[in-house]
Amino acid sequence: MFTQLIGGLTSSMTLFLVASGLTLIFGVGNVFNFAHGSFYLLGAYFAYQLVSVTGIGFFPGVLLAALCTGAAGAVMELFFLRRIYGRGGEEGFQILLTYSFILIIDDVVKMIWGTDYKSISRPEILDGAWTIGDLFVPRYDAVVIATGLLVALGMWGLIRRSRFGRNLRAISANREMASSLGVNVPVTLSFVFGLATALGGLSGALSAPVRTVTPGAGVEVIIGSMIVVVIGGLGNFWGALVGALIIGEVTAFGILFLPQWAILFSYAVMALVLVFRPQGLFMKQGVAK
Amino acid sequence: MTPARTKPAGGLGQAAQWAVALALFAAIPLAGKKFFVTMANEVLVMGLFAVAFNLLYGFAGMLSFGQAAYYGVGAYTVGLLLSKGVLPFAVALPAAVAAGAALALLLGPLCIRLSGVYFTMLTLAFAEMVWGIVFKWYGFTGGDNGIQGIPVPDLLRSPVRYYYFTLAVVFASFWLLRRIVDSPFGAVLQSIRENPERTGFLGIQVRRYELAAMVISGAFAALAGGLFAGYQHSIHPDMLHWTKSGEVILMSILGGVSSFFGPLMGAAVILFIEDMIGKYTEFWEIWIGGIMLAIVIFFPKGVIGTLDSWIARGRDRERAADGTPGS
Repeated sequence: MFTQLIGGLTSSMTLFLVASGLTLIFGVGNVFNFAHGSFYLLGAYFAYQLVSVTGIGFFPGVLLAALCTGAAGAVMELFFLRRIYGRGGEEGFQILLTYSFILIIDDVVKMIWGTDYKSISRPEILDGAWTIGDLFVPRYDAVVIATGLLVALGMWGLIRRSRFGRNLRAISANREMASSLGVNVPVTLSFVFGLATALGGLSGALSAPVRTVTPGAGVEVIIGSMIVVVIGGLGNFWGALVGALIIGEVTAFGILFLPQWAILFSYAVMALVLVFRPQGLFMKQGVAK
Repeated sequence: MTPARTKPAGGLGQAAQWAVALALFAAIPLAGKKFFVTMANEVLVMGLFAVAFNLLYGFAGMLSFGQAAYYGVGAYTVGLLLSKGVLPFAVALPAAVAAGAALALLLGPLCIRLSGVYFTMLTLAFAEMVWGIVFKWYGFTGGDNGIQGIPVPDLLRSPVRYYYFTLAVVFASFWLLRRIVDSPFGAVLQSIRENPERTGFLGIQVRRYELAAMVISGAFAALAGGLFAGYQHSIHPDMLHWTKSGEVILMSILGGVSSFFGPLMGAAVILFIEDMIGKYTEFWEIWIGGIMLAIVIFFPKGVIGTLDSWIARGRDRERAADGTPGS
């Protein structure tokens, strides 16, 4: 049972890293980044390239992979998404544009790294487990969980306690007003995109040693994070954390009882939330558009 | 989004357009190549799927990313009923329509709890759920092996005969869908697309209309899937995969979501491109993605919409030229 709990927490944290990026982009830029799972995929492959092929070491590799992913995300915003801001029926076009990036990134990954399963080995110091009394906590899982919590804390500090965060909140509340008060909106938006996609990349890089890396992983992840943001409320940071915890644990314990149909449990949770609180657990009534 | 046309383009003109389209499709088997028939059959099936999708997106403004679930459920209804020998084809095909409508009645109320981006996410998530069930339920659906050797009645066994059957069913469906779009019901859908809130203020129960649109679209998507199962004699869980939903969206926006037949044109163009690309490279997704990207950025109105505005601009220029003395 405890193993299940820890495993669930680990996948919760990787899910949270992706979902928090999704929710950040939506909250600040009012953009739904359908391709967010593909940045998770990019992060995993960058990490594979840097750690297993180039061999620059695990931690530098993961960090650099996240940075490269963020750069790719900023490029998408800067050269493509920016061109359709403010167009009539923008929402639909955003989804279609980011969808086309899913297809493009998927094939680029296949062209460069092929369709075989790839894997990264964990750094030696993180093999094995720590024991607390009778309980075993795998070291790698502990590091992933700690990273997730640190990112959550850091993001909270960034959004709530920094000057930059104040600008973000201003843009989120009223883009035009923020702009006329001297906030550089375009640069901030590109930066937010970079940051959010870097989080997705970090999630992919950290997951690479636990799950095998395959080209289809991006889609699985985006569906999972969509369920998370529907439960927590899109644009709500804490909602993403709690939603990820719920889905990670529900899936982990679902595997225990009904291995083949474990995935159905998260859909059931989502359906329940939709029936009773369609705006998400953490959104005020009427906020969800 | 450019408003979809509400009025039929003049009685006779429209009838002539339908006649020309029907004659074109009817003439294809005369070329005598099986490849053309297979291709045209697929264009008709995907065209019906895309036109049905566009009832949701182009007319009601609801971007569903999960229509493949209905298409696939239609195909599996026909496939399962026929391969297990439960019911004859004449019953299985209507059963597919009923199954598509039933699935929409089940998932629709959950999806329309929210609108905009949320609606899109929910349709995708629930469609992935249906795909997951079909993919994993080996005992019933055959899992990722799909179903092969689906028997059809002797009367429809030859591909050409089946093609004419498809042609008749698809054009009858187009006619029905056109009637729906032009009806007061269709007008309400377009009003919901333009402004759901104001539509609600008029005393219209928006949710009920949205659900009805999902049921109609799902039923016709299932019909398309059922027709495809009968022609190919084999089906696969890929038919429910989210990339199929993406494909039908691409067909619609390429053709132009603001016109009734735009999606059919889009289906023809995309299937042709896929066939061409498939011959040269296994990386067809990047091409499809690139085309989609280009359409979204440069031609948001789709092929038909862009052509229309070019023609309109040309006319303006002609008029301006006529007005200038001495030119």
